[in-house]
Parts: sequence; structure tokens; C-alpha cells
Amino acid sequence: MSRWRVARLIAAKDLRIERHSRVLLNQVLPFAGVTMVMFAFALDASNVLERVAPGLIWLATLFSLLVLVQRSFAIEGEDGALDTLRVAGVDPVAIFWGKSLALAAQLAALEVVLLGTAIVLYGADVPLGGVVLLVTTLITATCGLACVGTLYGGLTAGFSGRETLLPLLVFPVVAPVLIGATRAVESALGTGGVALAEGWPWIGLLAVFAVAFGIGGALAFGPLLETST
Amino acid sequence: MRSVSAVMMHDVAPPVPPDGAVVDLRDAVAVLGSFPVLAGATMRVDRGEIVLLRGPNGAGKTSLLRLCAGLLPLERGTGRIFGLDLRTEQEAIRPRVGLLGHRNGLYADLSVAENVAFWGATVGATADEISGAMARLAVDGRLRDVRVRSLSAGQKRRTALACLVARRAELWLLDEPHAGLDATGRDELDAVLRQAVAAGATVVVASHELERAGGLSDRIVDVIGGQVIDASQEGGS
Repeated sequence: MSRWRVARLIAAKDLRIERHSRVLLNQVLPFAGVTMVMFAFALDASNVLERVAPGLIWLATLFSLLVLVQRSFAIEGEDGALDTLRVAGVDPVAIFWGKSLALAAQLAALEVVLLGTAIVLYGADVPLGGVVLLVTTLITATCGLACVGTLYGGLTAGFSGRETLLPLLVFPVVAPVLIGATRAVESALGTGGVALAEGWPWIGLLAVFAVAFGIGGALAFGPLLETST
Repeated sequence: MRSVSAVMMHDVAPPVPPDGAVVDLRDAVAVLGSFPVLAGATMRVDRGEIVLLRGPNGAGKTSLLRLCAGLLPLERGTGRIFGLDLRTEQEAIRPRVGLLGHRNGLYADLSVAENVAFWGATVGATADEISGAMARLAVDGRLRDVRVRSLSAGQKRRTALACLVARRAELWLLDEPHAGLDATGRDELDAVLRQAVAAGATVVVASHELERAGGLSDRIVDVIGGQVIDASQEGGS
């Protein structure tokens, strides 16, 4: 079987598990929503909220990413499926891409909801001219986050205390995504008078990040699985 | 209901070394952390054999199975599975090996059919092969659409075995396979193993249920303190 076909198989399996278990719907989305509401309580001034809305969207996304990554590898670990995948000789690169794909799909759904929440709660406005930049930001940032999440999820899968280890490892690494995506969304929304054109260079950063972790993660995932499980 | 032979023998049998050894370990040493779980294991299993690993808890039976599956690195000695080197050719060995350990390797939130279909699909099994595997292990009826989370321990075990059949494993490494099965399930499992062997598979079973597994096996190998005592090997370690 081709690597791409196996990756699609893995992604479809993960999304099917999500469809049955509804962890994203019943736990992650409410968690992200509550986080956004808490931000609103903490920064209870409409002009402040509107100004910082892009950063809050991505902070809530990062918190939710951790929950999604832990869930993604918990389903592999609870009955030894990850070992079985290894014994079955399933290509680790395909596992990496498949799990990243499924994670990206869930993250994308989450981000759309968070954006909607920001519009409703924080009074953020999406000008028509910023839609393309906004969508491009969501796509590139999501790809980067999904690849990093899968890589570090695989790294910590076999460790005890992985729940606390994962954020310690992931947050410093995804800082460029947080900065780049926040600046790009600020441009797309015109927050604080930032021009639309200022957002596109950040897309370059997000794209480089996504490609680097897409390729590097795929190459590193096999050896990581061998040592961590 | 299809036989395991019909399910498994869809491909031409892959090459086996001329001397017929599927498992060939010589003075194999494996370490977990700093603890030597296998301290010089010499064992040979020929194609079509059912071999029982016997020994007390912590003797190294599970480690021996994991070594053969390529999950545990070989520190010293030599090890060949299907004539392939355990150190350098793990990628070629693994797809031909099925390991059913203490855990079943199933996804709790997927149904029985979805699990078997997934594991079968990883090796490109057809829909017929997948339904044949489910039928052989009797998990195709009312259990078909039940989520694994809701199954009994025995039903989970049968589902895991159906996945193994769908995966077309040639070397079956089974750790306490009878655990959790009722009398009927045990008889069915034994029948499945015999059919798998008739179709060209090789089976290594670690079990404490000597009466049951001993009757099934062609040969018994003792594992004690990380040492393997294989009566068929001259000077077995």
C-alpha cells in the first residue's frame, strides 16, 4: 500500500473514533469556549478585547491543541494499538501524516468556532478584504500546529507524566506560530489599524514552520516511536 | 463460514530459509533499561510448528515474544526471523508477524467490524478477507456493530484474533491467548490456531495453562530466569 493511502487510513480511523466518542464536540469545544469567556471576564473592556482578540483566539487554540494531542495518542495507548501498529510494520511516516491530518481537521473546526466566538463575544469584525488572508493563516497555522502536536505527542506517548511534559515541550516550540498567526489575523481583521499587507510576511513564517515540521516530524517520528514506546 | 486457510492463503507463501527455520535465536540477549530480560536465549522454531513457552512469571516469556516481533532490541547474540536479521531487517520482519500480548491492540470506540477492517486494510486485505476473518472468529453476527468498549474480555480477545487473521500474519506470537475465554472460546481458538498452521503459519504461545496449551503444541520450551531451555537444541542455553 502506498504511504499516502495508509496515511488516509489512519486519519479516517482517528476521525471515525472522534465521530463515535465526540470528545471534540463534547469536551474540547466547550473547554475552548469557556476559555474565551474567561478571557472576556479578565479583560472586561470592549476596546481591549477587540484589540487582543486575535491573540486570545490562538491562545485558546493552543490550550485545546494539548487536549486534542493527548486524546490522539491516548486512543493508541489504552489497549496497546501503537505497539500493534509497529508490529504490523505500518510506515511511521504514514502514521505521522495520518494523525497530523486528523488533528488538523479537528483543529480547523475548533478555530472556526473560536473565530465565531471572538466575533460574538469580543466584537471582532472580519472585513471582506481580509478573508483570504484569514483563511490562509488558519490553514498554514493549523498545518504547523498539527505537525508539532503529532511529533511531540508521539515523543511523550510512552512516558509517565506525559500530561505535564507535553505542554512544557510544545509551548516553546509553537511560540513562532502564536506570534505569526496572531499578527496575521490582526492584519486580516484590521485590529488597531494594522494594514492588510503587513500580514502576508507572517504567512511566510507560518508556511516555513509547517513545512519544516511536516518533513522533519515525518523523518523523526519513526525513531521517536521506537525509543518512546 | 470460511476457514483460516481460505483467508490466509491468498498470496504466494513468502520465502522461508532453506532449513525451514522461522525463528532462529542464538545466545540472544535483550535488556530492558539495565535489566537483562533475556540472558542468552537459543531457540529454533520451524515453519508450521506450534511451540509452547513455559515458565514462571517474570521468566522472560513475554520478552522473548517481543524480541521475535522486533519490539525489543537484540543486544547480543544473533536472531533471525524468516531468515531475516532481527537487528537490521526489522521493517521486513514486522509485517509478517502478529503479536497478541496482554493487551489486544483494539480501538475501544470503534466497532468490531471497524477494528477488523482497519487492521486488515493496513495490509490491503479485501472486504471478503475481512468478513471471512470475522466469520471464523464468530464476531460477525450480533457483535459486528458493537463497540469494543462494550465487549467482554473474551469477545475482545476473539476480535483481536480476527484482526490477526485479517492481517495475514505468518508468525503468530501469542501471550496467554486463552485468558478470558470461556470453554467454547478456547476450543474455537485452538481450532483457529490449528487451521492457521495448516495454512502455513507458525505459532509460538506463552501460557500458564499447560494442560490446554500443552495439548495444542508440538513442542514445549522452558523459559527460566531469562534463559531458554529448548530440548531440541543441542546445548540449549
